[in-house]
Amino acid sequence: MARIELNNLAHRYAPGGEYALQPMQHVWEDGGAYALLGPSGCGKTTLLNIISGLVQPSEGQVLFDGVDVTHRSTEERNIGQVFQFPVVYDTMTVFQNLAFPLRNRKMAEDYVTRRVQQVAEMLSLTDVLNRRARNLTADAKQKISLGRGLVREDVSAVLFDEPLTVIDPHLKWQLRRKLREVHEQLNLTLVYVTHDQTEALTFADKVVVMLAGQVLQVGTPQELFERPAHTFVGYFIGSPGMNFMPCELSGNEALVDGERIAIDPATAVAASRSGGSLQLGIRPELARLAADGEPGLLLKVDQVEDLGEHQLVTGHFGSHQFHVRLDESEKINSDGLRLVFPVEHTLLYADEHLVGTGGAKHG
Amino acid sequence: MSGGKRGLLALYLLFTLLPIYWLLSMSLKTNQEILGAFSLWPESLNLHAYIRILTDPSWYMGYVNSLTYVLMNMTISILVALPAAYAFSRFRFIGDKHLFFWLLTNLMAPPAVFLLPYFQLYYSVGLFDTHIAVALAHCLFNIPLAVWILEGFMSSVPKEVDETAYIDGYSFPAFFVKIFIPMIRSGIGVTLFFLFMFSWVELLLARTLTATNAQPIGAIMTRTSTASGVDWATLAAAGTLTIVPGLLVVYFVRNHIAKGFALGRT
Amino acid sequence: MDKREYQWAWLMVLPVLVLVAFSAVIPLMTVVNYSLQDILGRSSFFVGSEWFKETLNNPRLQSALLRQFAFSFTILAIQIPLGIGIALLMPKRGWQASAVLILITMPLLVPWNVVGSIWQIFTRGDIGLAGFTIRELGYDYNITANAVDAWVTIIIMDIWHWTPLVALLCYSGLRSIPEAYFQAARIDRASKWATFRYIQLPKLTNVLVIAVLLRFMHSFMIYAEPFVLTGGGPGSSTTFLSQSLATMAIAQQDLGPSAAFSIIYFLIILAVSYVFYVTIMNMQKEKAAQQGAGGAE
Repeated sequence: MARIELNNLAHRYAPGGEYALQPMQHVWEDGGAYALLGPSGCGKTTLLNIISGLVQPSEGQVLFDGVDVTHRSTEERNIGQVFQFPVVYDTMTVFQNLAFPLRNRKMAEDYVTRRVQQVAEMLSLTDVLNRRARNLTADAKQKISLGRGLVREDVSAVLFDEPLTVIDPHLKWQLRRKLREVHEQLNLTLVYVTHDQTEALTFADKVVVMLAGQVLQVGTPQELFERPAHTFVGYFIGSPGMNFMPCELSGNEALVDGERIAIDPATAVAASRSGGSLQLGIRPELARLAADGEPGLLLKVDQVEDLGEHQLVTGHFGSHQFHVRLDESEKINSDGLRLVFPVEHTLLYADEHLVGTGGAKHG
Repeated sequence: MSGGKRGLLALYLLFTLLPIYWLLSMSLKTNQEILGAFSLWPESLNLHAYIRILTDPSWYMGYVNSLTYVLMNMTISILVALPAAYAFSRFRFIGDKHLFFWLLTNLMAPPAVFLLPYFQLYYSVGLFDTHIAVALAHCLFNIPLAVWILEGFMSSVPKEVDETAYIDGYSFPAFFVKIFIPMIRSGIGVTLFFLFMFSWVELLLARTLTATNAQPIGAIMTRTSTASGVDWATLAAAGTLTIVPGLLVVYFVRNHIAKGFALGRT
Repeated sequence: MDKREYQWAWLMVLPVLVLVAFSAVIPLMTVVNYSLQDILGRSSFFVGSEWFKETLNNPRLQSALLRQFAFSFTILAIQIPLGIGIALLMPKRGWQASAVLILITMPLLVPWNVVGSIWQIFTRGDIGLAGFTIRELGYDYNITANAVDAWVTIIIMDIWHWTPLVALLCYSGLRSIPEAYFQAARIDRASKWATFRYIQLPKLTNVLVIAVLLRFMHSFMIYAEPFVLTGGGPGSSTTFLSQSLATMAIAQQDLGPSAAFSIIYFLIILAVSYVFYVTIMNMQKEKAAQQGAGGAE
């Protein structure tokens, strides 16, 4: 188990070419469960391959527990990796698969047997230990891949590269729960690459959101939800994503199509200093209906979707499309709704970046 | 790639190229030079043998004849094999498995077995000494081969592709030509490579079924061996020229070979 | 995959059926007919199994059959491992990959009699590069007089000619292995040998069966190359089945025995190939079952 430090790390595939990964500085604490989240092509797999040693970064260092491993080969790094599709040794039994990394390291045979039994138990593979790996289902094969990482007690970190891609939907949550259990039992450093926000948010303690080779925000699922550091994080996380509307600043108020919306004074000051094009952002879940007599902003309703406990209203606010999620008990007046944007949840973005305190530092 | 690996590969390539180099070298020597003192390369580039072959119709027509029946065979084989392979890969029908195995057995039939009956058959239907006779005779092994290779590639295309196309309103012929064939391009490239290969290299049937009008180059080459000895230079030049069409074919399908040579069966 | 039942599919198979029947069934019937009759000029009479008995007891053909098996097994034993080895050595990408591919494929596209000519020219003691060199080194190499020399030369020629087929099949098979397998092997610290044994070789099983099948079939029918190179000699030391048959049928015009011989010959190939066919079909079934179980590969 190890603390992983990325020190001024950056990568270009061709010298002088474009950055596949923008320079970054990060620390992943020992025993943390991290998710790398982003659309395909954002550089998350490149970052994973740099950590596993399959790709040499063109700039900066990778440190495991303070030791520079940048130039160490994959073999020397002691990591485990689970790939997008199951990688098992077809001709071996499950036992032989799990024992393979230990036997390659010339461990004593009784230790190998004991260790394989332990891991098989943890992953519920005991029943199939003597079966040929090729005849198992995809999720069992993924557990074998995971097991091959876990059998080594000194494994620094286990990396997951979209491991649930080929798993049947009803088995996905089972396997994900298994991963959580393993994490709690062993307290390993886990890095999980995915483009699926649900997977990332349910798996990880901390999520790293990436776009175009750049880390946009590192934070707990709650931080990503409440204070997205970048408009992309707002869009990408949440369903539907955050509402954004271009605005102008007027004292402690934002002007959206002439409507005045109250802003936190500190944020307003910061926004007036930052310059650039301003946007106002608010989560559909965090806007609320105005109480009787309370002044509110008029939302024209286009469509109402019933989501069970909630209802999702799609409408227009001025010329901007706007979503709001309301409790199912709320009556929706088809003429329009009067909404209130609570000051603490009304965020401002200057040139796509969150303005004011509480936003994660970037770069 | 490590130096050791490079070295071993280079050694094998040398083994492949040395006999071909020697053929080329011979073709550029005169017969006196060949039979005289041993030398590793020709004294001067003597193109005499090539000029003779390329200007004398009784020689160069051999290449034309060979290429003619090879192309005829490739066309016939691929055209009939495509629908058949599709049927085998997509449908169950009475006797399908037996039929498929029967086809494969023909792939295994030694041409020598059919020598005499072929001669009699084609003679009796008046096709003896025509290009089409050889082209049809080569269908014996080339059609089963094409069906077998194409079936492998077609089976690796999910049948949902077909169903989606029908839902999108494609007729079967339109779907087959516009969607399906492009999807198995590599397979068709590799199939054509094999069809060319086996028809081009076969001599036993080709020689038996022809006399003068459709005689393949392989048969004409035996002319260099006469009572007064062997005309080595001409033999070598004619041999060298038979390698050229093959080289062109490999060059064109080289990218498909890397991907598709496993015949869709990995 | 589940196939749909559709009897009209016969129509799609019909052209193939007609053409192959024309080139296979009619001649084969002729052969069977000959094998059961004695033909003298225009008259013929039924002889039953006589030609078969005669053929099976013909010592010349028996020894040709033995030689044939010895030859086929020898070249398989050499070409299959060698082909795998070369496939592992071949570069994976870039212009070098294309160049090596083209050079390696070359012998496959040389007409079979020209292969014989190339090796004749190459190995002659007086004018051949190899033959001359070996003699200069002090060994009295002579394929027209020494049966061992002739035999070894034909084996080497066949290796030159056909190893590329095995190599290309394996190369293509190796290329289809996803990179992740090699990454996993590195993570597990698998040795080079273990990587070959547990990743590459298992993925090659299917192509290797095809390679063995094709190589067995063609080696069993070999005709033109030894015919040109050694003429089957010295003596009959390199006379294989096809050549024995051709001599019998054409040169000696022994229609009955040669037809009986043809059928026996064909049946041997059929029997061996059937074993391969069943193996291939079982492998495909297993693969399908595996995919059905959700193993996406």
